[in-house]
Amino acid sequence: MSEVKLLGTQSSFPCARIIWALKLKEVEYEFIEEDLFNKSPLLLKMNPVYKKVPVLIHIDKPVVESLVILEYIDETWKHNPLLPEDPYERATARFWAKFVDEKCVLSAWEAVKSEGENKKKAIETAQEMFEHLEKQIAGKKYFGGEKIGYLDLVIGWTSLWLNAMEEVGGMKLLVPEKFPSLSEWTQNFIRVPAIQDSLPPLENVVNYFQVGLNYLRSLSANKS
Amino acid sequence: MAEELKLFRTWSSPFALRIVHALKIKGLEYETIFEDLSNKSDSLLQYNPIHKKVPVLVHNGKPICESLVILEYVDETWKQCPLLPRDPYEKAKARFWAKFGDDKLFSSIWNVFTTQGKEQEEPIAAAVQNLKPIEELLKEKKFFGGETIGYLDIAFGWTANIISILEEIMNLNLVDEEKFPLLSAWMQNFSNDPVIKECWPPRDKMIVKFQVMREKYLKAVVSQ
Repeated sequence: MSEVKLLGTQSSFPCARIIWALKLKEVEYEFIEEDLFNKSPLLLKMNPVYKKVPVLIHIDKPVVESLVILEYIDETWKHNPLLPEDPYERATARFWAKFVDEKCVLSAWEAVKSEGENKKKAIETAQEMFEHLEKQIAGKKYFGGEKIGYLDLVIGWTSLWLNAMEEVGGMKLLVPEKFPSLSEWTQNFIRVPAIQDSLPPLENVVNYFQVGLNYLRSLSANKS
Repeated sequence: MAEELKLFRTWSSPFALRIVHALKIKGLEYETIFEDLSNKSDSLLQYNPIHKKVPVLVHNGKPICESLVILEYVDETWKQCPLLPRDPYEKAKARFWAKFGDDKLFSSIWNVFTTQGKEQEEPIAAAVQNLKPIEELLKEKKFFGGETIGYLDIAFGWTANIISILEEIMNLNLVDEEKFPLLSAWMQNFSNDPVIKECWPPRDKMIVKFQVMREKYLKAVVSQ
């Protein structure tokens, strides 16, 4: 029986963050694929509050919420540290991680969902968020410095997953001319062996977002 | 070099109060800058250009934003009277619940506060539902941190600070002593703790402030 289990889905980027962290730490784990439309009793037991993936189960104890899991992994397996040592740099990384999840992801998804004039505005808003990331990565190879770290894993979705969102949403957010440093970073990021080896096929992620979008649209159609 | 510590806050912000409590527990000297959020200072905008909010802690000229990020920074920089548990799993739980408090519990309490009559029924049920796991956390404990106030007590401090005020304004009993005996007791213990009590914003001022706010929200709904 595995000491470390990860409940997740192949196409979810919060789950990918955890897979990457475990790979970088060289931690063996068992991956349990969840069907989010038919959640397992184990998932519902381990994450009763949110009923979401990823859930890391370490010696039968669940850890939930991807950013919380990343820090748990970093503190439990101390080699190949993900977060910097300096408290100010740690605070900076945590600040940007929160910004990414609260502002960047949501605004990108808003741009996917919106239509017409709203879509144009949503794209502008999302790009304003990306400008902040562009400034953070300018002059650096990775957000973590010379090696990838916590913040690179958090922003990693802007590689393949953002491509998939752009395809589903019929728009381009991460325009290389506007975001040269961030675009270059996505290329460097996916070339890191631990990352490259675990990227899901693009068409699976496109499908995953398309299903999600259709589901959301059907919910609002039922409401109105 | 002498440490320079500044805290940008408002007199009533519960999130800024978290930092006041943490700095007090750690026995740290600092300068307070009170902000008028309708007329933000150039310093605030310079130190927190992304969110333009309080609290901001400035340590030797370097700003840290977002209250939970600041709490961890304070805990990692000044090691006396530790706020977070040492064990990674306990830490992960504390971080999870602090985030739950901010993401789910706060918004559900706010939804009760900004509604009335029939429209308030669902929000009340949701808020009560979200309070239940918090009650569970306090089984066999005086504080969330154990025998003494810790990170999670500070993170949940807003509940002790604000909920009774909102209840008084709405003439509503959300944290019913019978349904939530442990949480009710914790709110008393927390707000009566000498370190916390010293920094508590004046209740009568808070009542006026939130009364005005509620009237504004309800008027806005009616005019819709």
